[in-house]
Amino acid sequence: MEVRDNTHSGHAVAHDVHDHGHDDHHHDHHQTFITKYIFSTDHKMISKQFLVTAIIMAFLAMGMSMIFRLQLAWPDETFPFLESMIGKWGKDGKLDSGFYLALVTIHGTIMVFMVLTGGLSGTFSNLLIPLQVGARDMASGLLNMLSFWFFAASSLVMFGSLFIEAGPASGGWTVYPPLSALPQAIPGSGLGMTLWLVSMVLFIVSALLGGINYVATVINLRTKGMSMTRLPLTVWAFLITAILGILSFPVLVAAALLLVFDRSMGTSFYLSDIFIGGVPLDHTGGSPILYQHLFWFLGHPEVYIVLLPALGLASEVISTMARKPIFGYKAMIGSMLVIAFLSFIVWGHHMFVTGMNPFLGSVFVFTTLLVAIPSAVKVFNYIATLWKANIVLSPAMLFAIGLVSFFITGGLTGIILGDSALDINLHDTYFVVAHFHIVMGSSAIFGMFAGVYHWFPRMYGRMMNKSLGYLHFWITIICVYGVFFPMHFIGLAGVPRRYYANTAYEGFDQLININELISVFAIIAGVAQVIFAFNFFYSIYRGRKAPQNPWNSNTLEWTAPVEHVHGNWPGPIPEVHRWPYDYSKPNAKEDFIPQTVPYSQTPESNRPGDF
Amino acid sequence: MMITILLGTLVVIRLMSVSQMASVLSGEDEDVAQKRDNSMNSIGMMLFMVIGLALMVYMTIKYQPFMLPVAASVHGAETDFLLNINFAVIGVVFFITQVMLFWFVYKYQHNKNRRALFYPDNHKLELIWTVVPTIVLSALIVTGLREWNKMTQGHPDDGMVVQVYGYQFNWITRYSGPDNKLGRSYYKLISDTNPLGIDYSDPASKDDIMTKGNEMHLPKGVPIQFIFNSRDVIHSAYFPHFRTQMNCVPGMDTRFYMEATITTNEMKGITKNEKFDYVLLCNKICGVAHYNMKMTVVVDEPAEFSNWLKGEKKIIDAAPTAELEQNNTTASTVNTEVAL
Repeated sequence: MEVRDNTHSGHAVAHDVHDHGHDDHHHDHHQTFITKYIFSTDHKMISKQFLVTAIIMAFLAMGMSMIFRLQLAWPDETFPFLESMIGKWGKDGKLDSGFYLALVTIHGTIMVFMVLTGGLSGTFSNLLIPLQVGARDMASGLLNMLSFWFFAASSLVMFGSLFIEAGPASGGWTVYPPLSALPQAIPGSGLGMTLWLVSMVLFIVSALLGGINYVATVINLRTKGMSMTRLPLTVWAFLITAILGILSFPVLVAAALLLVFDRSMGTSFYLSDIFIGGVPLDHTGGSPILYQHLFWFLGHPEVYIVLLPALGLASEVISTMARKPIFGYKAMIGSMLVIAFLSFIVWGHHMFVTGMNPFLGSVFVFTTLLVAIPSAVKVFNYIATLWKANIVLSPAMLFAIGLVSFFITGGLTGIILGDSALDINLHDTYFVVAHFHIVMGSSAIFGMFAGVYHWFPRMYGRMMNKSLGYLHFWITIICVYGVFFPMHFIGLAGVPRRYYANTAYEGFDQLININELISVFAIIAGVAQVIFAFNFFYSIYRGRKAPQNPWNSNTLEWTAPVEHVHGNWPGPIPEVHRWPYDYSKPNAKEDFIPQTVPYSQTPESNRPGDF
Repeated sequence: MMITILLGTLVVIRLMSVSQMASVLSGEDEDVAQKRDNSMNSIGMMLFMVIGLALMVYMTIKYQPFMLPVAASVHGAETDFLLNINFAVIGVVFFITQVMLFWFVYKYQHNKNRRALFYPDNHKLELIWTVVPTIVLSALIVTGLREWNKMTQGHPDDGMVVQVYGYQFNWITRYSGPDNKLGRSYYKLISDTNPLGIDYSDPASKDDIMTKGNEMHLPKGVPIQFIFNSRDVIHSAYFPHFRTQMNCVPGMDTRFYMEATITTNEMKGITKNEKFDYVLLCNKICGVAHYNMKMTVVVDEPAEFSNWLKGEKKIIDAAPTAELEQNNTTASTVNTEVAL
């Protein structure tokens, strides 16, 4: 096999390999604890750092949701433990109405950014891009390390904002001004909002450093034979995601920066004609709607930044565990590209009721509903992949199937919300909450679970416990549907989201039973995640030792040694000879042919179109 | 409660089978164990699908009485019809795709002695499932946009002008009076006695009528041109029963045209609820008391409405003399432009 040294830091890597290629232990260097676990530049370690940080943040955000679910289901009860837990915000066991808004705000922010963007892309782009394209590491190890540390700093600032006197940001995760610009309007818009903005800017730096690295690695560091059309769909998904992030996150910086100016320097980008706290403000000429345009110019691509990696992971898991090539490989790539392109011209569907020009609204209806076409293609391709497959139901596979189910359920309600005439009555109701929690939240988190169960052996060299994995899956999917499906009905009953209590309107009283049902499911779902956390951390130390290729997969990452080495492969980087989905090829000896096997070795199974 | 119990039982059954699996696993060949896992889980998938779909249908029927009653506006009746068509279309797609998904998982369980069908693509199939959704979506887009255009553009500019004004945490409504024009307002003129900041030097303000507090009235069968604004943060005026919503944005005016078709009294009969009232809710997070920002809406027969309106005081009659005499040179901004 040809030796191919294709990293920028080739010399250093070659040195490592030379020194330690025959070393049975996994100490690549004489590394100290600090260089190995903290300031690591190894993509495999960085991916674990992202994952563990995201898991911690996810538990925090989930805990918040459990607190506000208690309030929504049992508004008249008192929960004395709240006071010991959150102090003055839960005085006498009653959740404070301002802190309720802080909880929904921080829950949303952490879940969308720290968990489903940083946690998902950060973990799996880092782990899988170099291993699946056949690179020794990321294009820049240093930028990669910085990407994690900016992410960690951002998470810390967000976490820290929970402990300040006036409380954290509480204007909703979209932080629309003027509410987010004026501390007079809500206490959370003081220091809490400042910290939120600082945290977001740090996060965006992290996302950009990571994104540039992912793109550079995929474009430049593919091993010999790894043409773009031989890339696993995971890598395609990460590449497109990274490009989306690079193009859209800077716009959020702009939005945030103008908000900072309005908040602290007296400018009027978003503020005009405001009378608050008994006095008129001097701001004039700005438009709060400008912020929404800027925010959603990021915000909508953000949905796909969250979703595409999950779909990529699911594609890989479904094909591998179904022992069948993914149906319509090129259509899958094409549909991701179309979704990515369209995601930049649909942002206005978040703003149908802001008074925007109706003609502009029509354009956004048109582009929004177009997104359903490539999405439908993806769903049909997944289902076609399962048709006449030979399915092994590993926990990862179950989660991948769950993802497809959620993608269908949540995607379909998007057709209704994308229709401006229908959106008028559903906008900002629980119907929207149900829609995006299913299509973006649950789908993406199921993709993440599928990824963790599937690639855990690659991350930690051990297997996770399967039975606990199954248990985790079943409780979670039942509870997720139990939580979010009934929310459609609450929305259709006209209940607005972000209401501390549904006492304003007498007609909402009869919905309390649905809210109780939802909260029961939410609490069970939350507790069930402890099973996952236990399985995860226990298996790191005590899991069964992983075999070289536990799922009989074709992709390159399973050719690297189980014990991690710096530079991924102790010898030369493997060369690639075929696409990644040669599963169950007729006449082949086994039901999978890894990408590293040349056609010359498989004359029995070669097909006319293969060369 | 039924659902909780049913799903709870399902959870317990799964728990039991999983613990069995775990005990079986310990002493068994991996292939046999995987086979067992496959069959247990695929049976689970089928059960989940069948019970899940059944529960969804059950809930849809059971929760019908809690849903919003029939739309009480002209456009609302049309959008409801459209909504039902959309639900029918997505419902069919939902059932077909979910059943296929779970059924295939059940049917094509792993068998060591069998190979999956090597079937990487089929351009004809892909073309079909690109073109068919495109056609269906085109139909939905066209019908949706036709309704949207009708609601937003098809109205004459002469509906009865009513202003809905949001502030933390309540609503004010202003009726434009016989001239059907709202008097100018400017935010720096706002005071305790002039909460809308009306510029009294504008003749159009002379016949304006304001209701503050808990109730606004609308006539049945009269086109209404709502003009929305806010003085502090963004609010959203949401009338669920009229299928009407529009944001109230400080510094700009937004509009919505609608016509109520059912009076409050008639709706009491339709919903068989003597206490029924229409409501205006705030549907954009606006501060700590967001959830309490509401106003009761009463739809009257036109004659009743005129009587009610006659009984309300003109704003100018209640204004303190000092404010009336105030020279309004500061009122330089005319706040009645339609915002884009």
